[in-house]
Amino acid sequence: MDIILNPWPWYVSGPLITTVMALLLYFGKTFGMSSNLKTMCTIAGAGKVSEFFKFNWKEHSWNLVVVAGAIIGGYIGSHYLSNQSTTNLNPETVKELKNLGFDNIGAHLVPAEIFDWEVVFSVKGLLILIIGGFLVGFGTRYADGCTSGHAISGLSSLQKPSLVAVIGFFIGGLIMANFILPLIF
Amino acid sequence: MNYLKFLIIGVFFGIVLVKSEAVSWYRIYEMFRFQSFHMYGIIGTAIITGILFLQLSKKGIKGKNILVPKKENGFTRYIIGGTIFGLGWALIGACPGPLYILLGTGVLSMAVVIAAAMLGTFVYGILKNKLPH
Repeated sequence: MDIILNPWPWYVSGPLITTVMALLLYFGKTFGMSSNLKTMCTIAGAGKVSEFFKFNWKEHSWNLVVVAGAIIGGYIGSHYLSNQSTTNLNPETVKELKNLGFDNIGAHLVPAEIFDWEVVFSVKGLLILIIGGFLVGFGTRYADGCTSGHAISGLSSLQKPSLVAVIGFFIGGLIMANFILPLIF
Repeated sequence: MNYLKFLIIGVFFGIVLVKSEAVSWYRIYEMFRFQSFHMYGIIGTAIITGILFLQLSKKGIKGKNILVPKKENGFTRYIIGGTIFGLGWALIGACPGPLYILLGTGVLSMAVVIAAAMLGTFVYGILKNKLPH
């Protein structure tokens, strides 16, 4: 049971993620999580404002079902299949984050310093979540995909546009983690 | 019944990403600081097994074609859009899949991020024709 309850090693996790892609391809669909954001905009009526959102969202409802499953999977994984162990981070990472003012580093999946309601209801805290979310939603649609669509599906199928997109992901991620986060915290 | 399989795939996806710690904000930070191999190992083995799977199933599986749709050619949209997404990914510590998964683990404030991500997608849809692609 420990083998399930402990965090899974990378060499197990990677192929399992590919299994998700393989199953979706087998059922005639694609592995792409960010397109759900577009579908949800369409359901909310965005088609009245822009042609981009005028499509039959029902054809994409299968992907919203995947999202519903992912939410349930998140619940099951964290409530029934975990032993609440602290993430085994590099001591250097822990030290750095401590210096930036973080506490209980790796005790949960996300830092309380960003996601606790108390923080969310402060101006700075709310801005972080809104700006971060906005960048994710805007950037993935602009780049036509995210980690699942480009990094996994696109690179697995050896597509050049996906390589360019993933290089972009890293340019942005490196700038944020190395230069902007230290300014925010 | 048709939808049940997608629900199950989603549940499996959610469990895998929680158990692999790929939904951990800290793991993403660590990755972008080059302080751990963990995330590179996950993404790397996913791509390697993905390449193998797609090469081996070129002729289809049980008569079903296995095809990843081709992305449009281009450079500008991928590098700029990718960079914008990367900035958000490292700030929030989650890409679109984990946004939902983390909501399920009980990080309810992720709903704010999801709403903001919808807004970002919406603004892209409005500005699309004015942006370089």
